[in-house]
Amino acid sequence: MSKKITIEPVTRVEGHGKVTIHMDHQGNIQQTRLHIVEFRGFERFVQGRPYWEAPVLVQRLCGICPVSHHLAAAKALDVIVGAGTGEGLTPTGEKMRRLMHYGQFFQSHALHFFHLSAPDFLFGFDGDPAIRNIIGIALTKPELAVQGVMMRKFGQEIIRATAGKKIHGTGAIPGGINKNLSIEERDEFLKGADPLNADKMVSWAQDALEFFKHYYHANKEMVDGFAHFPSNHLSLVRKDGAMDLYHGVLRAVDTNGNKILNDIDYQEYTNYIEEEVRSWSYMKFPYLKEFGKDNGWYRVGPLARLNTVDFIPTPLAQMEFEKYKALTHGKPNNFCLHTHYARLIETLHAAEMIRELLNDPDLLGNDLVTKGTKQKEGVGLIEAPRGTLFHHYRINDNDQIEMANLIVSTTHNNEPMNRSVNFVAKSVMTGKEVITEGMMNSVEVAIRAYDPCLSCATHALGKMPLEVSLYDSNNNLIDRKRS
Amino acid sequence: MTRHKRILIYGYGNPGRQDDGLGAAFIEKLEAWLKIHPVAGVNLDCNYQLNIEDAELIAHKDLVIFVDASQEDIKHFSFTQVDPSDARVEFTMHAVSPAFVVDLCKKMYHRAPETYLLHIKGHEWDFVEKLSDKAQHNLELAFSFFIKRLAEMISIEDAVSQRTDH
Repeated sequence: MSKKITIEPVTRVEGHGKVTIHMDHQGNIQQTRLHIVEFRGFERFVQGRPYWEAPVLVQRLCGICPVSHHLAAAKALDVIVGAGTGEGLTPTGEKMRRLMHYGQFFQSHALHFFHLSAPDFLFGFDGDPAIRNIIGIALTKPELAVQGVMMRKFGQEIIRATAGKKIHGTGAIPGGINKNLSIEERDEFLKGADPLNADKMVSWAQDALEFFKHYYHANKEMVDGFAHFPSNHLSLVRKDGAMDLYHGVLRAVDTNGNKILNDIDYQEYTNYIEEEVRSWSYMKFPYLKEFGKDNGWYRVGPLARLNTVDFIPTPLAQMEFEKYKALTHGKPNNFCLHTHYARLIETLHAAEMIRELLNDPDLLGNDLVTKGTKQKEGVGLIEAPRGTLFHHYRINDNDQIEMANLIVSTTHNNEPMNRSVNFVAKSVMTGKEVITEGMMNSVEVAIRAYDPCLSCATHALGKMPLEVSLYDSNNNLIDRKRS
Repeated sequence: MTRHKRILIYGYGNPGRQDDGLGAAFIEKLEAWLKIHPVAGVNLDCNYQLNIEDAELIAHKDLVIFVDASQEDIKHFSFTQVDPSDARVEFTMHAVSPAFVVDLCKKMYHRAPETYLLHIKGHEWDFVEKLSDKAQHNLELAFSFFIKRLAEMISIEDAVSQRTDH
């Protein structure tokens, strides 16, 4: 009897997602699909609104990563107000935005590690779901839980100081920023009482990395064998090839490390990237035009970034980057679970960048905004924690937005997430009659590695349980389990 | 010297998504009220959602009231004591529930404040920065209720622990 298994929705993934797995009569996996219900109405919603509202409006998209949308929109509008593409801002404007961005990176990556991925490693993929989270960590390794909570708090405080407030931050405006950093704020972040200071955050980021490396060396075979497959990789890089999460040129490499998108100006992204629609998912599938739908798909996010960049421009993260690259002899790394390793190297880099920026007197400057000749169209790209985020706007003669196109990180990773699910389903479910919690979580571990954010920003307490449905060859429901 | 209760009233939700902004609207209303009727020891806060760092925030409080929009089957609002044993893995990975925050606080800091959830019924969730009329009405009812209850909670050590639906 052939079967269809549905895992709906995926726990600990923002928004709605379900996985269907089709088996044939022999129990072999025939087809897997990650279905994502993505809300696409936002691009229409902003049409007709004055362009300068966009950096605040886009925060309605997502309560999870509002800073990334805020900054990507502001970067697109920098072009529209004639302030250039990243390099045109005043030193204070650019560095305040960078501080906000690295604060966002730091807190987002810390949340993912301590609340989501570390529990999988500590308690196992088949561990009790009730404790496979930061509460379990608090019970077994309380010092680790405190680190996670305080790293999140530090990043959130950086965001509050740079964006102005927690909700609907207004810090980034077209052409610059609307506030600088006060000496008191700077000193609080640099010399604040333990543990809320930049030195401690760097040190804790190193500890988190050591934790993962220890786990990795003890479980190398499992980690390396989990959902690995070749792919292309795409991200922004600085013009000299360095990691730059705020601004740069667009680079893609193939699975052998050859540059297949050679440091292009992202204002021209439509010449290189196209999005495919498939009938069974609301979320599009982007790919590099030159290589077509079948060969042009790519990954974004921490794993991809560490494959595209030539080096990391902070010393501690660079040392770790060299060790990491040695694992694959300098070639691109295609091991799904190494995404966590890459994410922790980026966490360390973000902590170092925060410390470096806080010591830069430009943050205290008063020249906040650049003005220039207005343009009709602008593209803003940023490396969000989950991957490359595109915002593209065109305005009319009345300064109203007439076209908006957003490609979010999770959309770029649509194809790789589907392939990861397929790989894991084949590994753990082939020939099985009963789907265990461990099997289900293995599928989710593969998805969670990408840290997908499918948020629609509203929330519904008490809803959205995990549901598994089993269908026979005639699509009759023969079993359903709910968490 | 009398030590006042350290009280946190914390609204959460996205005001850019219509009635999801009920928590933030409540805090805004309360802030204005407190300017005229100051209450010692009361702090207000607001965010898009609760997260793990809020466990540290509430660890220093005696009394916490979370205020959130609700899609549950209630008429206007409900006021419920938060039981940390209700903490469970949320389907969402980037936000946590009040019970989760209290439970995490308890596990990490070996103490937790008396905590309540004021859940206000929302009806519409579009990309609009304004509450629906029904939600606005519910907000007014919940606010009147809360002001009376706040006075009781400050003066009475053992506040009512049963759920109160309205």
